[in-house]
Amino acid sequence: MKKNSNLLSKIYQKFSSLVSLSVASICLLWTQVSHAAEPTPWQWYFQSPATPVMEQIIEFHNLMFFVEVGIVLLVLGLMVYIVVKFNSKANPEPTKTTHNTALEVLWTVIPIVILIVFAVPSMKLLFFMEKAQNPEMTLKVTGNQWYWSYQYPDNGNFEFDSNIIPDEDIKPGQRRLLEVDNQVVLPVNTEIKVLLTARDVMHNWAVPAFGIKMDTIPGRINETWVKVTKIGTYYGQCSELCGVAHSRMPIAVKVVSKEDFKKWLKKAKSEFASSDDNEVLKLAQFKKSK
Amino acid sequence: MSDITHDHHDHRPSGWKRWAYSTNHKDIGTMYLVLSMVAAIIGGAASILMRAELHEPGIQFITDPQFYNVLVTAHGFIMVFFVVMPALIGGFGNWFIPLMIGTPDMAFPRMNNVSFWLVAAALILLVIAGFIDGGAGTGWTVYPPLSSADYHPGMAVDFGILALHLAGASSILGAINFITTIINMRAPGMTFHRMPLFIWAMLLTAFLLLLAIPVLAGALTMLLTDRNFGTAFFAPDGGGDPVLWQHLFWFFGHPEVYIMILPAFGIISEIVSTFSKKPIFGYLGMAYAMTSIGVVGFVVWAHHMYTMGFNVETRAYFTLATMVIAVPTGIKIFSWLATMWGGSIKFDTPMLYSMGFIFLFVVGGVTGVTLANAGVDMAFHDTYFVVAHFHYVLSISALFSMYAGFYYWLGKMSGKRYPEWLGRLQFWVTFVGVNLLFFPQHFAGMAGMPRRIIDYPDAYAGWNMVSSWGAYVSAVGGILFFVVLYKTLTSNVKADANEWGVGATTLEWTVDSPAPFHTHEVTPNVAPEPAE
Ligand code: HEM
Ligand SMILES: [Cu+2]
Ligand SMILES: [Cu+2]
Repeated sequence: MKKNSNLLSKIYQKFSSLVSLSVASICLLWTQVSHAAEPTPWQWYFQSPATPVMEQIIEFHNLMFFVEVGIVLLVLGLMVYIVVKFNSKANPEPTKTTHNTALEVLWTVIPIVILIVFAVPSMKLLFFMEKAQNPEMTLKVTGNQWYWSYQYPDNGNFEFDSNIIPDEDIKPGQRRLLEVDNQVVLPVNTEIKVLLTARDVMHNWAVPAFGIKMDTIPGRINETWVKVTKIGTYYGQCSELCGVAHSRMPIAVKVVSKEDFKKWLKKAKSEFASSDDNEVLKLAQFKKSK
Repeated sequence: MSDITHDHHDHRPSGWKRWAYSTNHKDIGTMYLVLSMVAAIIGGAASILMRAELHEPGIQFITDPQFYNVLVTAHGFIMVFFVVMPALIGGFGNWFIPLMIGTPDMAFPRMNNVSFWLVAAALILLVIAGFIDGGAGTGWTVYPPLSSADYHPGMAVDFGILALHLAGASSILGAINFITTIINMRAPGMTFHRMPLFIWAMLLTAFLLLLAIPVLAGALTMLLTDRNFGTAFFAPDGGGDPVLWQHLFWFFGHPEVYIMILPAFGIISEIVSTFSKKPIFGYLGMAYAMTSIGVVGFVVWAHHMYTMGFNVETRAYFTLATMVIAVPTGIKIFSWLATMWGGSIKFDTPMLYSMGFIFLFVVGGVTGVTLANAGVDMAFHDTYFVVAHFHYVLSISALFSMYAGFYYWLGKMSGKRYPEWLGRLQFWVTFVGVNLLFFPQHFAGMAGMPRRIIDYPDAYAGWNMVSSWGAYVSAVGGILFFVVLYKTLTSNVKADANEWGVGATTLEWTVDSPAPFHTHEVTPNVAPEPAE
């Protein structure tokens, strides 16, 4: 009995070290191969994470991924075995087995155990993602047909629009369908509260490297948060069908050092009129067009 | 057994009246199957157009992006309401519920006729919706405000709503018919616990329809009055809320996916048991697994809405509830495998399709477990990963069960035997095609490619090209299917009353092939032998 359990635990250790090793090596592989926060040709896994949230999403996903690949291979293996062993030539006389209580209990209980093993980290991740602990600043995102507006409520409340660079203006080296005229700029290593809403129809503000994907809904304000740990430019796309140009409202986030962010703020405040003026302007235009 | 049928009773009407006025479950079933095939050509053509457009980055030939959105919408609606449901429920349900429970016809034959013609009218309305006033480019989820009068002026969306209303009314009538028939008209001796699993599946499906469709109908009516009569159920500027629509839609929408896949479970169970020459393994477990899937399916709807801004406790609940469904689903998979285990299996086309179904369903099932987790879904929601997931677990699985059922029962319905080698060829072409088509979409989705877009960043070009080639191969499979159908119907190879041998134990194999116009005029008795 003792010997047996020893053997089992050894096998288990071997197996788990194998799994964690392969997880680690694959992790290594993709972080080294693609440091870009944009999709790359023939990419088959996540973009490299730039926030603690996305890191945890990937970590938890890997746990599920390996178990799930195992399940698919198990079923596939059983089917191949069945094809070889239980075809009418190899096995002319079918058995009459229609019950096996032990087996039935097993294939009910094992999935339950697997699901519990998934549920615990799933809940941890979910509650971790929910709210920023100490947000240091706020970004307001507004979806419009078919561009994004960004507003910095606690940094002068200026607002600007971010439009796609159309295909014909794309310069060599730029990314078609991802590049915008005004990138939204955020400081690195800063907890930022993000408020999201929409002016017309629903849109969805999504940046894969951040692990953010949040609907922007007219009449509602949604909240999420982001803390980017690496300087760089990150790309995303609208992720809720919003009409004709749904494929043409990209998101580009430029993450800079805190000092550079301060410099940018100064420039931006003078460049983009404060949003209050904007509202007056918009109202005026609205009235004119009526 | 064929001596039971009295041909002199067959005063069937002839010509168009036979079909238009039909109250015969077999004729109505056939009409449903034909409608499904017609719709499959339309919905399939839409999908090929989309894949051809997505073959390379940039705009290929669909110069109006609204038309792409219309194609997405039309494809989704047509496949769900006019291909899968009419084939699995209206087609096979009508044909084989009476045959398998040993009754001459459905409980309400005239209502059956109404059900069919409502769907036929609905299909016409839906196709019209695609062509007037710029079409409905809302996606099959029809989320307001995009679907409101401000952003979809014109009548396209209204036509779509009316189409769904008619299809829904048809489904409700059909569900009442099925439930009444199955509960009241089973042959003596066929207790609930001795019904074939296909009958279990159809009974549960009918209950899901009865409970889910009215919610859709209510939501559609509210949208219709929002659009036309100035109400503001979903309009924020009138005090309404777009999210209310999402709740109503998915309260219907999630059960809807089980409405499509439960009949598939039933068909696959029959075929696996027949071809293994063994009774189904763990029959009661299978029946109650389906029941629990149906019940739990009503309390998981918001897993389609993880990104709309729920509070975290709600998302936690829906995550856990959704994961629960994996347990009965696992029971089904392993019971099918255990049924085959020790069997003496002949891998004819229906069995190939059943094994294909199990494989596709498992692949789509495990990605479903991934997507159940609200946290991880932030990375996947509305990407091509989801498109891959639901085509595996639902769309293509349902399609495989349709093919499987068709090959399985074609002899019974037509009296002719399909050419086996052509059937197998058709299976392999389709199997390779759909995997080439949908597997790479997992990759594109993980890399971040959103769904419902006409044009994508150049980095996604590789997997999209593979996927499009897969679509063309699948289309060849579809065309081959019609070749098989033509060859079968024009051949003179007669199908035996029981062409599948000792494994085929359900009652439809006791009547002639083709099944005579009237069957089971003498009720069969299926009470167990006293020895048992
Ligand atoms: C084998 C051929 C098929 C091909 C090539 C195909 C292809 C596609 C494509 C290209 C999309 C649009 C993706 C996007 O732009 O977001 C789509 C969406 C969809 N498909 Fe299929 N599909 C096939 C079969 C089916 C079947 C049998 C069903 C049955 C239920 C189905 C149900 C759907 C649904 C519900 C959508 C979502 C529509 C929406 O986003 O509103 N498909 N499919
Ligand atoms: Cu959009
Ligand atoms: Cu669902």
